Amino acid sequence: MGLMDRHALIEKNATLLLVGSLLVVTVGGIVEIAPLFYLDNTIEKVEGMRPYSPLELAGRNIYVREGCYLCHSQMIRPFRDEVERYGHYSLAAESMYDHPFQWGSKRTGPDLARVGDRYSNSWHVQHLTDPRSVVPESIMPSYAFLKDTPIEVKDFSTHLTANRRVGVPYSDDMIANANADLTAQADPNADTSGLEKRYPKAKVGDFDGDPQQVTEMDALVAYLQMLGNLVDFKNYDEAAGYR
Amino acid sequence: MKYGTEIVLLSLFAFAAFVAAGFGVDGPFRQHMWVLFFAVAGFTAILLRNSDFKAAAPIDPDAYMDGPIRYGAIATVFWGVVGMLVGVIIALQLAFPDLNIPPWFNFGRLRPLHTSGVVFAFGGNALICTSLYVVQRTCRARLFGGSFAWFVFWGYQLFIVMAATGYLLGITESREYAEPEWYVDIWLTIVWVAYLLLFLGTILKRKEPHIYVANWFYLSFIVTIAMLHVVNNLSMPASFLGSKSYSAFSGVQDALTQWWYGHNAVGFFLTAGFLGMMYYFVPKQVNRPVYSYRLSIIHFWALIFLYIWAGPHHLHYTALPDWAQTLGMVFSIMLWMPSWGGMINGLMTLSGAWDKIRTDPIVRMMVAAIAFYGMSTFEGPMMSIKTVNSLSHYTDWTIGHVHSGALGWVGLITFGAIYYMVPKLWNRERLYSLRLVTWHFWLATLGIVVYAAVMWVSGIMQGLMWREYDEQGFLVYSFAETVAAMHPYYVMRAAGGAMYLAGMLVMAWNVTMTIRGYQRKEQPLPGSVPALQPAE
Repeated sequence: MGLMDRHALIEKNATLLLVGSLLVVTVGGIVEIAPLFYLDNTIEKVEGMRPYSPLELAGRNIYVREGCYLCHSQMIRPFRDEVERYGHYSLAAESMYDHPFQWGSKRTGPDLARVGDRYSNSWHVQHLTDPRSVVPESIMPSYAFLKDTPIEVKDFSTHLTANRRVGVPYSDDMIANANADLTAQADPNADTSGLEKRYPKAKVGDFDGDPQQVTEMDALVAYLQMLGNLVDFKNYDEAAGYR
Repeated sequence: MKYGTEIVLLSLFAFAAFVAAGFGVDGPFRQHMWVLFFAVAGFTAILLRNSDFKAAAPIDPDAYMDGPIRYGAIATVFWGVVGMLVGVIIALQLAFPDLNIPPWFNFGRLRPLHTSGVVFAFGGNALICTSLYVVQRTCRARLFGGSFAWFVFWGYQLFIVMAATGYLLGITESREYAEPEWYVDIWLTIVWVAYLLLFLGTILKRKEPHIYVANWFYLSFIVTIAMLHVVNNLSMPASFLGSKSYSAFSGVQDALTQWWYGHNAVGFFLTAGFLGMMYYFVPKQVNRPVYSYRLSIIHFWALIFLYIWAGPHHLHYTALPDWAQTLGMVFSIMLWMPSWGGMINGLMTLSGAWDKIRTDPIVRMMVAAIAFYGMSTFEGPMMSIKTVNSLSHYTDWTIGHVHSGALGWVGLITFGAIYYMVPKLWNRERLYSLRLVTWHFWLATLGIVVYAAVMWVSGIMQGLMWREYDEQGFLVYSFAETVAAMHPYYVMRAAGGAMYLAGMLVMAWNVTMTIRGYQRKEQPLPGSVPALQPAE
């Protein structure tokens, strides 16, 4: 009985066909994805990485909500032109707390993996409000409405808890102070010593130029300003990271 | 009572949506639940108006169940128009950014509406309705499970409405082609499992001993999409009365899971499923058997085995480990062979009937679809080579590649299948107009050619400008300058898309008139009627 004749069995049995094709399509995924959960170079920890502060996380959620990732990547490839244009190539560890990842697949606008500290807060606010007033060639939509939208927080700790459930090391202290930290980070007069201890290098201040309320603009700019700044590449041992 | 159980269940569903709209923890979720409430309540009201207490008419258990397929054909055309219209709008937004209307109609919210609209609303309805058409006829069996098929049809439309309105409200998981949030994902899982049971159940009650090749492709597409959808959408909601959830995976693991899903949305949704369509409708329309039985077996197993591995080619030179990238590249190149196996099997089915390309515009459409399939399954493996990808990634070249596949292969083969099915489903002698099919063919083909060619030029130019150095070793162009250089191409691309949309509108008109029972008085196409020979 030739192979083709044996195939007739499958052609006459729907269950065999179903199970057979399911088995065939699972192989590739298992071989490629499963090792990523235990290989050293995909789960390495790098000095400086920490979970997002509540305000940064809220800003990241706005980044996701507005579909920024559709035009901006956050993944610098190890090419001369990209490293010169955007900074050190991206490390796996730099997105270890990103649920979901925001690497993107298209650069209609520039990469944002290291946009933090490149521009002032007021530049970002102006650019998000009216992009072509600062970059005449830009084709970005306006996000002026963020400035008028107070951030909606009922209980932001649920967001930290959800992240903890999927593996982000938020401490009980961080979760208990979620709402307070969120408003304190955007308030120039608040006592932020606790916040800065919980989230080292967090940028504090009034981001959107409106000290009266915490707006979505505050959150988004706080997020943009920390992008790519957690790892200090002056101390990063490239040889140790290379495997 | 007619629809009794349905009305009770739907009322409860609407009430649950109403409660969720009241107690939701975030604004977008509350708005989304209002949408759900009005959609379900409206549907319930329609059922109530059509309900009565007469005894139900007996159903012939041997007759094919074509009601959901007729609705599916209409839904395919409708969502096709919507999805492509949104595509033309966002193409124009890239050329003329003042067309963005914040917040609901900004590019970032409309783009998932376009991709999901075309892939899942247009393509998904086409797959569901043709698969149910094909499975009944090749198994000689009525659809399994009574009114189960209606649940699949309407459940899927509800998924589309919830996904689409969610995007406009800013509810998204940001996973490309899997953007809907957790509760919409759960709903789709229920509908999809029902679809699997419906399809498998119909195969199991077949009167034909042999399962026809089209059904292998449909079945593997349905079961693989179920697997991909469930794994890729694993996430943790911040609240069960809120829209936001956080992906179960992060960073590298999340990226590869997403592109394992993303590439196989192409491989199984847009390829395997549509190959099933090809294996039924092409032989039917040209009235010839499938070219090679052996080839269909080999390329079926090879295709579904190899496709799953190809995902990492979306992550070349990223933080994904090198070995995974290389595996993805190698398998993508190998994938070229089974893809062309399918193309050869489709094209060679015309053996002995090649003249029909000249005389039958529906055959012409199908052949063009297979040709575009061959072209984009060559372009894909080429772009997956790391060196090529270092230039093409992040540019419009990728967008052009997707569209030559989606507009060329998926679009044209669907149009062919719809033109074949519609007269049969509504018992019409023929289509309203074959000349309009010719118009559709040329508008669509020229639209694709313009679109793809423009994207090649803009994509390669963009990639080269980003890496251009002057003799002193400085980057020549700022990023903003490369954006400005794209403008003429973005205008031309919108024109190409608009031509394709125009073809789609011609189709909508043709299908509508056919359903309404009209036949256009027109000269037969040259060659379609055998010329009379004078007697000697």
